[in-house]
Amino acid sequence: MKTNNVILHAVVKLVVFIILTLSVYLFLSGHHKPGGGFIGGLVLASAFVLLFIAFDIEAIRKAIPFDFKRVAALGAFISVGTGFGSLLFGENFLTQAFGYFDLPFFGTTELTTVTIFETGVALVVVGVVVTIILSIVEDV
Amino acid sequence: MIQTILYFALTLFGIAIAIALFRIVFGPSLPDRVIALDMIGVNLISSMAIISIIIGTTFFLDVILIIGIIAFISTIAFSKYIERGGIIERKRDD
Repeated sequence: MKTNNVILHAVVKLVVFIILTLSVYLFLSGHHKPGGGFIGGLVLASAFVLLFIAFDIEAIRKAIPFDFKRVAALGAFISVGTGFGSLLFGENFLTQAFGYFDLPFFGTTELTTVTIFETGVALVVVGVVVTIILSIVEDV
Repeated sequence: MIQTILYFALTLFGIAIAIALFRIVFGPSLPDRVIALDMIGVNLISSMAIISIIIGTTFFLDVILIIGIIAFISTIAFSKYIERGGIIERKRDD
């Protein structure tokens, strides 16, 4: 019997963008409100897992051509690199700085270096979670 | 008055979660357990909204969104496991 899952594909193509938007919101709101790199990375990984469930592994591998182990390694490098970057200015390891800048479109915005560190944390979480789930699946 | 109603509703949601938990443990078939799990997710979302009204904060709304996403993905995974026997396929054949 030939099976089709048209409803699942149509719903998932819409819902994945909602989940990606929520993950970006959680990532950017993590400085003063609940959220942050870890939670944003987990929600991003859940969006990838939803894509892997709805479609198959080879189609998503062709659509998202990342090796997720290298994504995790790149995230760890960025996180540790921000720690060593503070040594260049004569501060302690992992010292973070922030400031208020006048941007042309956003107005007065607070820019910090914690965001770079959180980007590394999010990349590590995405890479590790997707690698764990794909290796569990491919063993069976 | 409104406090009494909120706490009463929270108690009723707790009773509903206990009933769904009974169905998960003693459910005769697998679809019963999946539906009970989804019902626990919906009840958790509702009780979280009532708790955020009682405390008077808006920080729990992110929790509501994330519980909704996790319940959606878990329901899809369980139903695909029941229908196909596997969750993630290597290569689709259609």
